[in-house]
Amino acid sequence: MKPILDELEQRRAGARAGGGEKRVAAQHKRGKLTARERLELLLDTGSFEEFDTFVQHRCTDFGMDKAEKIPGDGVVTGWGTVNGRKVFVFAKDFTVFGGSLSEAHAAKITKIQDMALKVRAPIIGLFDAGGARIQEGVAALGGYGEVFKRNVTASGVIPQISVIMGPCAGGDVYSPAMTDFIFMVRDTSYMFVTGPEVVKTVTNESVTAEELGGAKVHTTKSSVADGAFENDVECLLQMRRLIDFLPACNRSGVPVWPSFDDGERLDPSLDTLVPDNPNKPYDMKELIAKVADEGDFFEIQQGFAKNILTGFGRVEGRTVGFVANQPMVLAGVLDADASRKAARFVRFCDAFEIPIVTFVDVPGFLPGTAQEYGGLIKHGAKLLFAYSQATVPLVTVITRKAFGGAYDVMASKHIGGDVNYAWPTAQIAVMGAKGAVEIIFRADIDDPEKIAARTKEYEQRFLSPFVAAERGYIDEVITPRATRKRIARALAMLASKKIEAPMKKHDNLPL
Amino acid sequence: MFSKILIANRGEIACRVIKTARRMGIATVAVYSDADRDALHVAMADEAVHIGPAPAAQSYLDAEKIIAAAKQTGAQAIHPGYGFLSERASFAAALKDAGLVFIGPNPGAIEAMGDKIESKKAAAAAGVSTVPGYLGVIEDAAHAARIADEIGYPVMIKASAGGGGKGMRIAHSRDEVQEGFDRARSEAKSSFGDDRVFVEKFIVQPRHIEIQVLGDKHGNVIHLGERECSIQRRNQKVVEEAPSPLLDEETRALMGAQAVALAKAVNYDSAGTVEFVAGQDKSFYFLEMNTRLQVEHPVTELITGIDLVEQMIRVAAGEALPVTQADVKLSGWAVESRVYAEDPYRGFLPSIGRLTRYRPPAEGVNDAITVRNDTGVYEGGEISLFYDPMIAKLITHAPTRAAAIEAQADALDAFAIDGIQHNIPFLSALMTHERWRAGRLSTGFIAEEYPDGFHATAPSAAFARTLAAVAAVIDNVGNSRKRKISGQLAGRPVVFEHQRVVRLGDLTLACEVDRAAGGFIVSFLDEAGRPVSTHELRSGWQPGEPVWNGVFDEEAVAVQVRPRLNGVALAHRGIAVEALVYTRREAELAALMPVKQQAGSGKHLLCPMPGLVVSIAVSAGQEVKAGETLAVVEAMKMENVLRAERDATVAKIHAKAGDSLAVDAVILDFA
Repeated sequence: MKPILDELEQRRAGARAGGGEKRVAAQHKRGKLTARERLELLLDTGSFEEFDTFVQHRCTDFGMDKAEKIPGDGVVTGWGTVNGRKVFVFAKDFTVFGGSLSEAHAAKITKIQDMALKVRAPIIGLFDAGGARIQEGVAALGGYGEVFKRNVTASGVIPQISVIMGPCAGGDVYSPAMTDFIFMVRDTSYMFVTGPEVVKTVTNESVTAEELGGAKVHTTKSSVADGAFENDVECLLQMRRLIDFLPACNRSGVPVWPSFDDGERLDPSLDTLVPDNPNKPYDMKELIAKVADEGDFFEIQQGFAKNILTGFGRVEGRTVGFVANQPMVLAGVLDADASRKAARFVRFCDAFEIPIVTFVDVPGFLPGTAQEYGGLIKHGAKLLFAYSQATVPLVTVITRKAFGGAYDVMASKHIGGDVNYAWPTAQIAVMGAKGAVEIIFRADIDDPEKIAARTKEYEQRFLSPFVAAERGYIDEVITPRATRKRIARALAMLASKKIEAPMKKHDNLPL
Repeated sequence: MFSKILIANRGEIACRVIKTARRMGIATVAVYSDADRDALHVAMADEAVHIGPAPAAQSYLDAEKIIAAAKQTGAQAIHPGYGFLSERASFAAALKDAGLVFIGPNPGAIEAMGDKIESKKAAAAAGVSTVPGYLGVIEDAAHAARIADEIGYPVMIKASAGGGGKGMRIAHSRDEVQEGFDRARSEAKSSFGDDRVFVEKFIVQPRHIEIQVLGDKHGNVIHLGERECSIQRRNQKVVEEAPSPLLDEETRALMGAQAVALAKAVNYDSAGTVEFVAGQDKSFYFLEMNTRLQVEHPVTELITGIDLVEQMIRVAAGEALPVTQADVKLSGWAVESRVYAEDPYRGFLPSIGRLTRYRPPAEGVNDAITVRNDTGVYEGGEISLFYDPMIAKLITHAPTRAAAIEAQADALDAFAIDGIQHNIPFLSALMTHERWRAGRLSTGFIAEEYPDGFHATAPSAAFARTLAAVAAVIDNVGNSRKRKISGQLAGRPVVFEHQRVVRLGDLTLACEVDRAAGGFIVSFLDEAGRPVSTHELRSGWQPGEPVWNGVFDEEAVAVQVRPRLNGVALAHRGIAVEALVYTRREAELAALMPVKQQAGSGKHLLCPMPGLVVSIAVSAGQEVKAGETLAVVEAMKMENVLRAERDATVAKIHAKAGDSLAVDAVILDFA
């Protein structure tokens, strides 16, 4: 038996060495860790169980049969735990064939995709690779297709997270694109469909990889990525933090841990959050921080469409999704980007039974040709659609403005809000007083005195939460200091919410 | 006694006066401007009257409005606090005419002490020691030298018409006087067109020491000892104490007697302060008299046990002083820090905004240590640009100076403020400063000890262990909870490694963390993993709390803790450092990560939407910190604050207030 065990150990050591010392050193020199090092950081110490350690490619073209065969074939796969909860992982190994995807490599990934779906646990992919293995040609393309199809099957069933930690180009980008979240590492990762060389050849445009698809581009311009971190260590430790917020699957319910923060806690400082001057901004993040347990908030798409905030927090130890207009940026207006960003987040929460808390201070949709040409109607509709379709508990608090169509969109009672509160500072109306008066009393437009009187009248009548409350559109006008308590109680009450939607194949979201 | 008084002030002093009035059973009326609608003093008072817009000239300085407010509410007397109308004789006189009582000295006394030259003359007449000098015309260098010989060296030769440092010379000897005189005269001539110069004693390393006096309308005047206020920044007092570490009983009695003599000479009938400049040799010379309650009065209250506001109210109502000079006993030591909304890391620039967190240390008396916090703000309140940026006065009292300083340092460490920049890091660093602790003070202290401004310090090797242990314990609290998350693999409890590696700024410390009865044991390890020191920590700290209050090896420690990505930012005694707590393996891998330079990505600030520039908050060449306001742009009738995304230096500004900008127009460039 002993020699056999020795041989196993020897083979394992060979696989663990990856592309060899030299390539590992080069990887470190680039500021990157190896696939196995990354998994050590992502998973609980000693919890990783590797699959397919000895898989090798079967390619014989272009001298591949004569070249060195490295066990694992450029991707490390398996499962492990994050704070004791199982997750499936695959990590591209840049030191082995540049992490390129072969048929065998793809088969390793699909095996654990299938396993993750079967046992209903999250799957996390770490990307650092050169795309398809050209030598394998169509076999590699077939492999991609197999991975893509499984991404879609698993979508909405188990959380899928992609972490881009090096190059990710060509066919490699579409699997991440179909997962729930993409995170990147600053300065060492980039993502694009076609790289700078091809761009130069085809369009004669000179651009660096960083400019074309670096973390900054994808977190602020394209919104492809949901966040970026300084380095591999920071990124992977934050992925552990994210996983603590996420359910194992769509039927598991959110994870729960003991809260150090009292659900009944009052916060008197919220009484003065909304400034006296209705045109003065305030930071909605403060409200989220003071409502969420211990102020802990994991923001999604922090760098993109900052006029709306999205992210995870907890209330009484249970995960909730926060969506909030941010008056600090563009007055919290809804534009195409903000609508898309929030819509995707709302749909993720709904798919995974994460209750949604919405804070509303929205002056309306952003006017202008840029927005209309850019399809604001359809993008705005995405958010409207997402909220209307949501069956998870929806608790909404209007802090200040809720004007026009944007009022309806932001999880209003009419589209499915379960518990809708308003602060006394709320103004629920079709539009601001000045605009409204200029339309209703057009005849008086040249008489500033009359207009002023009308404006005052309109303000008193409509720029308050009470007209809406009289109609029952608002369940209760609450004191700002009691917001956390009210939300905690509402969520506790709504925990057993059940909605049966009519049978349909699927909806037709305005894409 | 009055049944209702009005407080013609705002902020902490208005709150302070209200507290005493309430204790005395007197109803209170606050006044407030537009900017103070939600201020603490308004909430605390029994009644409040709105007196106008935010600028002080149209509200707190408007005597007519304040008198009207008193009339309207039926207040019988007005306490002016400090600043604003407190030293205006005309206000005191106007109150008299209106049939109201001014809780302060009579107008004559205010007037007599209000003029710098007149007050000096009055002081000299009352036998108060004034700075020796010759105010007449000096004929020539020889004359100057004779005068200097009489005064004693060093002397200052100064242009009569001058201001600032121009035409000012310091001479340490007869020769230097003769040499300096002609130069000073010609400089005076060329600078001011007036060649008159005068000679005055120059006080080396001067200290600011002041005597608190208290008088009544029956001719009684006593003094309540001194306060030293030498810790100043640009003539603004920062830290005060009572008594002064310089004075002995004899000097104190001498200064006190002179202050009382001056007060008596002007029929002083309230609380007042006689300010002196003192030499290191305990010589002292009259500066001026402040005819009001001083900001730093609490240190005197704590060492005498006399409530100065109460006495001001009583004497204003005609009561005689309840104590004689012989009854006044100074006990223990008191130190006061002024907590200001200003950024100590950036030249103490004022900082305004919302106090998203304001948690002062617990007040009260504990183990012969008194902590008192006089404040006018609250969590969620606003520090506005219209008034003094003082947030609070933190005062500690203990039997000895060293204990009072230690208590002050502890209280500062436990003081949590977020939302604006504040000077607590500076104040707490100051409390550990050797020279301050030794009491070797002068008004030049801050300029001399912090010539390049204030910078956060790195922890000493010994103290690094305390901070690292706190970080490790915080990490442990978080991990223990993670072990309790739902949905774990059945029957396989999560076990975290006990060994941790703390990256504390540039330091790396390995340790082992274990739970012990009621706390934690943290052992620091050497490279071979052997324990080199073992520490016991106890704390009821929970995630989300801004201050880690606990015990480290039997010693109470308060550390400011704020969450950071995968770590915690720690601050204590002016030390500021970020800690990351890793497993050993994580630390090994983290060591492979590249050190990145703060790259200047984002070279421009672009206008995020079409809009109107309301204001540009920075100027070319200015260094800005991440999160700092750069410009305000109005769009959708809403003001949008554009903030710096990272620390940077502003190179060039392209837009100005009033400009109408298209989306992505460049507002400014960074260097």
